[in-house]
Amino acid sequence: MTWQIMPGLLVPDTRTQPFAPGGRRMSASANSAPPRLRGQVAKSAAFKPSQEQIVLLITLLLLVVFSVALPGFSSIANLLNLMRSISILGILSLGMGLIVISRGIDLSEVAIMAGSWSVALIEIQKGMPVFWAASIAVGIAVAIGLANGAMVAFIEAPALFVTLAAGFVIYGVAFWFAPAWVVYGPKDAPGLLFLGAGHIFGIPVPILVFAAAAVLMHLFLSRTSTGRFIYSQGDNPESARMAGIALRPLIVLEYVIVALVAWLAGLVWIGTTGSMQMAITQGTMVFDVILVVVLGGISLVGGRGGVFSVVVGCALIGTLLNAFTIMDINSEVQNIIRGVVLLAAIILDNWLHPRDEETARQGD
Amino acid sequence: MSSTTLDFTSFGKRLRSSYSPRLLLSELLLKQWFEPVIPFTVMIALGLYFSVTIPEYGTLANTASLLRLFAEFGFVALGMALSLISGGIDLSVGAILAASNFAALYYLYVLELPTWGVILATLATGGAIGAANGALVGYLKARPFLTTLVTLIILRASVNLLNERYATVFATNSVDSSAWDYMGDGTLLGIPINAAALLAVLLVGHVLLSRSRYGWHLTAIGASRKAARHAGIRVERMLFATYVLSGMLCAVGGVFYAARQNSTDSTTGVGWEFQALTAVVLGGVSLAGGKGTVWRAMIGGLIVFMLTNGLVRLGIPGYVTSAVIGVILLAAVGIDVKWSKNRGKAAQKIYVNPARLPLADAPSIEAGSGSPYAHNNRLVNAEAIGLNQVEGPEDVILDRHDRLYGSTRDGNIIRFSGPNLEQREVFAHIGGRPLGMQFDANENLIVAVAGMGVYGVKPDGTVFKVTDETSRTWYKLNDDSRLRMADDLDIAPDGKIYFSDCTTRYEMTTNTLDVMEGRPNGRLVCYDPATKKTSTVLNHFYFPNGICVSHDGKSVLIASTSLCKIFRYWVAGPNKGKLEVLIDDLPGLADNINRASDGTYWLALVGIRSPAFDLAMRNPGLRLRMVKQVPIDEWLAPGMNHGCVLKFTESGEVLGSWWDPSGVSHSTLTSMREHKGYLYLGGLENNRIGRIKLDGVDETWTGYEAYWGGKRRDRG
Repeated sequence: MTWQIMPGLLVPDTRTQPFAPGGRRMSASANSAPPRLRGQVAKSAAFKPSQEQIVLLITLLLLVVFSVALPGFSSIANLLNLMRSISILGILSLGMGLIVISRGIDLSEVAIMAGSWSVALIEIQKGMPVFWAASIAVGIAVAIGLANGAMVAFIEAPALFVTLAAGFVIYGVAFWFAPAWVVYGPKDAPGLLFLGAGHIFGIPVPILVFAAAAVLMHLFLSRTSTGRFIYSQGDNPESARMAGIALRPLIVLEYVIVALVAWLAGLVWIGTTGSMQMAITQGTMVFDVILVVVLGGISLVGGRGGVFSVVVGCALIGTLLNAFTIMDINSEVQNIIRGVVLLAAIILDNWLHPRDEETARQGD
Repeated sequence: MSSTTLDFTSFGKRLRSSYSPRLLLSELLLKQWFEPVIPFTVMIALGLYFSVTIPEYGTLANTASLLRLFAEFGFVALGMALSLISGGIDLSVGAILAASNFAALYYLYVLELPTWGVILATLATGGAIGAANGALVGYLKARPFLTTLVTLIILRASVNLLNERYATVFATNSVDSSAWDYMGDGTLLGIPINAAALLAVLLVGHVLLSRSRYGWHLTAIGASRKAARHAGIRVERMLFATYVLSGMLCAVGGVFYAARQNSTDSTTGVGWEFQALTAVVLGGVSLAGGKGTVWRAMIGGLIVFMLTNGLVRLGIPGYVTSAVIGVILLAAVGIDVKWSKNRGKAAQKIYVNPARLPLADAPSIEAGSGSPYAHNNRLVNAEAIGLNQVEGPEDVILDRHDRLYGSTRDGNIIRFSGPNLEQREVFAHIGGRPLGMQFDANENLIVAVAGMGVYGVKPDGTVFKVTDETSRTWYKLNDDSRLRMADDLDIAPDGKIYFSDCTTRYEMTTNTLDVMEGRPNGRLVCYDPATKKTSTVLNHFYFPNGICVSHDGKSVLIASTSLCKIFRYWVAGPNKGKLEVLIDDLPGLADNINRASDGTYWLALVGIRSPAFDLAMRNPGLRLRMVKQVPIDEWLAPGMNHGCVLKFTESGEVLGSWWDPSGVSHSTLTSMREHKGYLYLGGLENNRIGRIKLDGVDETWTGYEAYWGGKRRDRG
């Protein structure tokens, strides 16, 4: 692979790696300039702001604007609250980011979180020890991840359709086991609630969980061969397969990781709210997750972006959501705004990283 | 006749041996109409199940009320189907229905438009929303799935906002419009008005999709966007139009919904996009695009609707229904992907279906055995004509001016003329693979062309078509109206052209498979120049190859290659219509038959049987495994490296044989013609035409004069 043969060309930003053939199509309007040599690409990329940097800049600008315009926004308490409130979204986005980097998508992530934990909470209510209930939740999550992965990898069904349908199945089956829109957790289980409700040195634990998960995910994606394989799969699945990567097990692994991340997010969720809401499976939360990922610079064409993209995307969305809350904007209006932003992000992403819609498969 | 052989002269027996369940399945898999049969059966079964389990489900009144409930969903499913066929998807259909429902009520109660105005305005609204989708997907080339999912969220939120504002207005207002009420609960010929409208839209949509330029372009784009663009189709505009159409279909549903319910709330059309997607994929509209009909969408729609409706009636909670629909969608998507990928492969895998074919015991061909088939060297020193100038002259023939014609692999008729037949020219280029030839009374050269049919060449070299199709056998799954492999022909005294079409399941390139299959897939066909009609005379025949009208013109001799037999079929006289075996136990695979000067017949054997080959013909399982697992050049085959020419009498007695055991100059022998004391030899794989001098024959005899020139025996 290129970065092994020519280490001198390696740039720290994975999005602008010169070996990425999948995204650098000549038809791109962004590439209207005459073709440049590889070295020049790497050099000029160093001076060009990346999508992450732009998003970060916008976030900072918004923070300044809101601090001035909204009373109480810039207080330490609110900022911590902001970070705490986005940490669940952030954790979910880490999983979604991984799957989008591999050129897949998982629309059932929120459903996995809600489904696995609502069953576990019902079991706790019936008297099962917390540890075993959490293990059941892990088991359910892994099983769903395996099923999703198998459908995508072995049946070769488009991931969008598989995970869309899986979301409905998970909702139906989980509701059958735990027939309540809100399943309450135990009040006296510090182990279960610590990740969501605890504080360390005054910092809410969810933030730390998100930070730890982000570091782990970053190390996994950038420092392990499996992580690099995920990037090469996203860049060009066919050449990755021909290079000898066992693509099908890798795809299954990716969906299992997403499910495990969803499980972790659920753990934090329960600690934060004391319950699990089944209604989120029907809501638009999963689109917030996609919004974070796409906005941050993990292109839907795959192989682009990284954990930093998730972090900045999360910061932007978190800032916006927090501002919406302070301004007390109607949730339907919020939905419209987020929808328009997501639409803009998808179109922008499509413009920046054009895919070949003539050879694209349904559900890409 | 040996006790192990079967009677192949009876039609019923031949018919029975042309079918097996596996064979039927393989041919079914190739049928376009086979795909919707499965969902259609599921639909009927589901309907029956609910009529049994739910009281009064099957009554006319209940059916009508179900249809009224279904119709709006039908419109939505149709919109979804259109976008899927275009290779995209429209997930906002449910939200467009909700928006149209709101819009219709708004136009009616707030703007107080008349009913027709409401309908038009709502259609325009739906179309406008569709146009937004179409612009995003068509012109901005956005990803259809995510884009329409997001427009779904935006639309849904907008409708909810508007609902909050106008719900009370709608609830307190009322209009006195009989037209509006008719839209809501009227019937047309006993059918609910919305279902009648759906039916009309389906009929129009069917014609539009399958018979119009729009539909063909749409299907082309869905099947291959690149190819469609290269063909000059305006892809962007077509996609835009499709999403507009999808939006308008949902708007039609929305108008009827509004007229029926006269209210709006946040649950209108929720989840319909998901159900519609499940429905159309289940019905057989492919996710990959380019494949689907309105009927398939409706079959799937009815299944999903009956299921959701039935489950509600059976008192099953909504979340279970949701899970059931999810599982169905998963299964339908999986089946769709696997089916479109593997259908061809599966059909190919089970297409060859060998049958048991016990042949009569082969006579000895050993040199010195005293048998008429005994090996000899009579062809070894055959003179070569046109060496390396002809490629596989399957058949050879001479005209009145002693010019020699050969039908070659490259689609040509090659003519040799001059004193030593050294002058080579391309007499005519027909194309296909010209095989058997014969002159008609007007000296036109009639040629059986594999892959094309029967063609004629006038003396000046112009080619004309005689026939390329025959009547279709109504009970056959494979369309056999096309002539796949016209092999040999002869012309009866009345001008009728009898020719063999040796297989209806394979092609020229794969005809070995037909012999390996050993089923009666061929036929004897007759073209009547008087009526210009082509008809199948003998259907279900075992690889008919050589055709020769007898010297008296009353019967046709048919060589069956896979059975190694010669048959006689009477076309005139008291036995007319009867088929009988003339020679039962040939030592090899029979090819062309031609008349000889002394009232007998010449026959070429293209391949020689061996005990192993005979055994294989009795073991269909062995042949099946061989065809599947062994590369074609290692298949067990009859001895194809040297053939022979036989001479037999009118009564089927074999008089002698002519061999080239070296296989050097005449590796295959498929044809021979006697002409002025010489025998000319053609072969499917030879690089020459051979010629040997015959002893003790009429040295003035020519085939043309003998048959057309008044020397024929039936004319005395």
